[in-house]
Amino acid sequence: MSPVDRAATGTARPPADVDETAVDPLEVGTTSTEVHSRRVRVPWRFLGNRALFYLFTLWAAVTINFFVPRMMKGDAVSQYLSRNRNISPEAADALRSLLGLDTDKSLWQQYAEYLHLLVQGNLGVALTHGLRPVTEVIAGALPWTIGLVGVATVLAFSIGTVGGAVIGWKRGSKLDILIPLTTFLNTIPYFWLGLMAISIFAVNLGWLPIGKAFGPGVSPEWSFEFIGQVVKHGTLPALTIVVASLGGWMLGMRNMMLTVLDEDYITVAHAKGMPSRRVLWRYAARNAVLPQIQSFALAIGFIVGGTVVMEMVFSYPGVGKMLLDATNAKDYALMQGVFLVITLSVLLANILADVAYAFLDPRTRQTES
Amino acid sequence: MTTLELKHVTKIYTVRGAGQIKALDDVSFTLESGRTIGLVGQSGSGKSTIAKILTHLETQTTGEVLYDGEVIPRGGKRLRRYRQQLRMVFQDPFASLNPYHTIRHHIERPLLLDSVVPRAEVETEVHRLLERVQLDSASVIDRRPHELSGGQRQRVAIARALASRPTFLVADEPVSMLDVSIRLGVLNLLADLQREEGLGVLYITHDLATARHFSDEIIVLNQGRVVEHGSADDVILNPRHPYTKSLRAASPDPERHFAQATSILGGGQ
Amino acid sequence: MSTTPLLDANAVEPEVPAGAARPGRLGGAFAMFRNGKSVAGLVILGFFLVVAVLAPWLAPFSATKIDAAARLQPPSAEHWLGTTHLGEDVFSQVIWGTRGVMVVGILATVFAITIAITVGVLSGYTSGWRSESLSALANVFLVLPGLPLIIVVSSLFVDPPLWMIAIILGLTGWAWGARVLRAQTMSLRNRDFVQAAKANGEPLRRIIAVEMLPNLMGLIAASVVGTMTAAVIGLTTLSFIGVIPVSNYNWGTILNWASAQGAFQQNQWWWYLPPGLCIAAIGVALSLLNFGIDEYVNPRLRSAGERARAMKKRGMDVNASVTQVRRIGGADETVAVVEIDREESPR
Repeated sequence: MSPVDRAATGTARPPADVDETAVDPLEVGTTSTEVHSRRVRVPWRFLGNRALFYLFTLWAAVTINFFVPRMMKGDAVSQYLSRNRNISPEAADALRSLLGLDTDKSLWQQYAEYLHLLVQGNLGVALTHGLRPVTEVIAGALPWTIGLVGVATVLAFSIGTVGGAVIGWKRGSKLDILIPLTTFLNTIPYFWLGLMAISIFAVNLGWLPIGKAFGPGVSPEWSFEFIGQVVKHGTLPALTIVVASLGGWMLGMRNMMLTVLDEDYITVAHAKGMPSRRVLWRYAARNAVLPQIQSFALAIGFIVGGTVVMEMVFSYPGVGKMLLDATNAKDYALMQGVFLVITLSVLLANILADVAYAFLDPRTRQTES
Repeated sequence: MTTLELKHVTKIYTVRGAGQIKALDDVSFTLESGRTIGLVGQSGSGKSTIAKILTHLETQTTGEVLYDGEVIPRGGKRLRRYRQQLRMVFQDPFASLNPYHTIRHHIERPLLLDSVVPRAEVETEVHRLLERVQLDSASVIDRRPHELSGGQRQRVAIARALASRPTFLVADEPVSMLDVSIRLGVLNLLADLQREEGLGVLYITHDLATARHFSDEIIVLNQGRVVEHGSADDVILNPRHPYTKSLRAASPDPERHFAQATSILGGGQ
Repeated sequence: MSTTPLLDANAVEPEVPAGAARPGRLGGAFAMFRNGKSVAGLVILGFFLVVAVLAPWLAPFSATKIDAAARLQPPSAEHWLGTTHLGEDVFSQVIWGTRGVMVVGILATVFAITIAITVGVLSGYTSGWRSESLSALANVFLVLPGLPLIIVVSSLFVDPPLWMIAIILGLTGWAWGARVLRAQTMSLRNRDFVQAAKANGEPLRRIIAVEMLPNLMGLIAASVVGTMTAAVIGLTTLSFIGVIPVSNYNWGTILNWASAQGAFQQNQWWWYLPPGLCIAAIGVALSLLNFGIDEYVNPRLRSAGERARAMKKRGMDVNASVTQVRRIGGADETVAVVEIDREESPR
């Protein structure tokens, strides 16, 4: 009780229907009044949850891979094995387990051995690549895909986000026409865009090569000539991916910007006299970009799908083309191996995006109290 | 006379990762038909939790809620009959009405659900209820909530609450989100309806002035606990608990000198 | 503003201007299809639907009829879009191909949306492990890369029928809609009008069907459009890369043949342009629909550009840091009427 009230009531006993417990009446109700420390908190719980989820997804992918060959009709798989006589006994065993041919064992046993193989990193041998281990074959193609997709996606995301922010800021201006234009480009299927690009730029204008990662007769090495070839051959595919996917990023960012710009704190920033540039980038864009990062994480799956097609169109030697070739040639071990590797990469990329989001959004940091 | 009684009700919420929050701590009071109780307290004091427990949208952790001496049913037909007797008017006039449906739909539903009147008379009853809350039923009945003003929406909400002819009404801050100039109109409507229908009203608010004007008794809630309970005039004019005193002192009084006000509050707010 | 005395208990409350639209019950549901963009999109889709249904009467030849004498010919009077390397009529192929696209597109969408609504609304309305597990299921399908998954699953089948392809596409495409619907249902669940319905004793199925579902219509419509786009592009892509065997005729298969025969390198534009443009046309139609629905659902998008343009016309900049004050009314008046303009956010 404050001094004033004690003085007013003197030493009288409090009446029966008044709560006895001493409570500072000026204390804020049930909300916390602690101050959190300034250092960055790692949102362990959030990341832990996500990690658990991705493990579950990986398990789902692995299990799908387990069941697919076992659901295939007829003796497609054993026929395929019998065609190839030069496999070592260990490799043959691994293949039988991976491809569901070990029907003499119980399903649980098959599953256990299958998982055992995977954990060891043994994905079997690739019949279409001279019986080399699948992991080795994939490792040769993976860098090409990551390079192409990585560069193209980062470019598309950056240009799209910055462009979307500017278009949202300058709403009502002539820039608005870019939105339906880029969205139109987004609805054209990747492969058609790629084929048109080849037709126009490679065949008719002859500016860029038709396909592949580097020209004939050149071997991979760290030389300027090789790198030059890589860039030259990679330009058209990368550009096609960028042009095709730009619309989505731009539209998303622009819509978020419009919503954010309607908020009162933007008006306050203006009223404080903050220069327009700062309001645009430090306040509006920074808040609008958060959902973009989330949709980036979700789009990774689609990006991968687009790459598969793109690699086929341009004969780019990445894992996408490898998947297609393996499927057509019925090299099942390689096909499954590539699927698993692609899934793993997508999950890893998702984790990275989640980590980035967790650190950028102060709210996820805050709720870890 | 029917009674609605809360006996030693405690409500504890478990929040994932943040421990437990005690929203209500040993709350007891009795609401009688024909009388109005004002429930006063600041945001976070547990007022809305009481409303949710009474309407069975939440269940208490310990303690009992007794309707006419019997524990309120947990489910089934008996719960439905209890719900018919106790209706609620929500705080936000826009959020408490479904933006997709017409006013007719809103008033019809409780009538049809509880079979208050025979089917043939439903339309007339809807009109009667709307006129009762001083709305022009013909012009309002086919509109949607966004076409009405805040005060009109709140009146529709009151009409909806009255449709099932309840004994008790819980009004959770019914005028807080309305323009000041129309608050009195809505409150007077509530007072008239209470008198004419003999309702027992639990008027939840953070505004002391309207609580005193409108209620017979006042309960002051702080951090989930009842800190003061008495007749309206008594609690407002002779507050005994320091929290009630500070509440009263915080109300702006144009006649009081600034220096006096700051000294009562203990220096600077 | 009103100058009536504050304590006038009988003050007439200001009525909302009667300009507000008053659609009938059904009209309300379809208002989102009334703006220009939606109508344009629907018209284009309708056109293709008609072509698909009337294919036998519209196509001059069957898709596989070979005219050995006229191979790889550019458009002529007899073959409006020229011929393929075997002498088949491209125009007929495109018309017949419309069927495959529309059937699979619509079937896959119906399938996917049904799952999306069920999973999304259920997991949004319930809480606890039921909600979390359904959400995890949707997330798994979202994260798993779609196209590689379809390729792996398709390797199971030798010559799948159209409906099976539709099911596979539907199974990989429902997750996005479910996630969005779940989020919206969760936010609706806590809205007062849902609480009021609960407190009034409405049964659960009525709360979901009558109270919540109508408010989800905008989102569901947007989901339908998005899913159909994905289904159409998915089908044509899968046909193009040969995962779906060429016995299923659609625009993707035509492009498969064209590409395999080097049409792109040999500038046989009549072969590869029409199918591609048709796919793009459906994509554009669905995008327009999407834009139209988007603007209806989020009125901020609709008027943001219009407001800015209107302000610009009056010489004011929407991004100016100071509230714009403009003087209207004559200079000889003792009191100048000042118009203060800023964007009003719709409530």
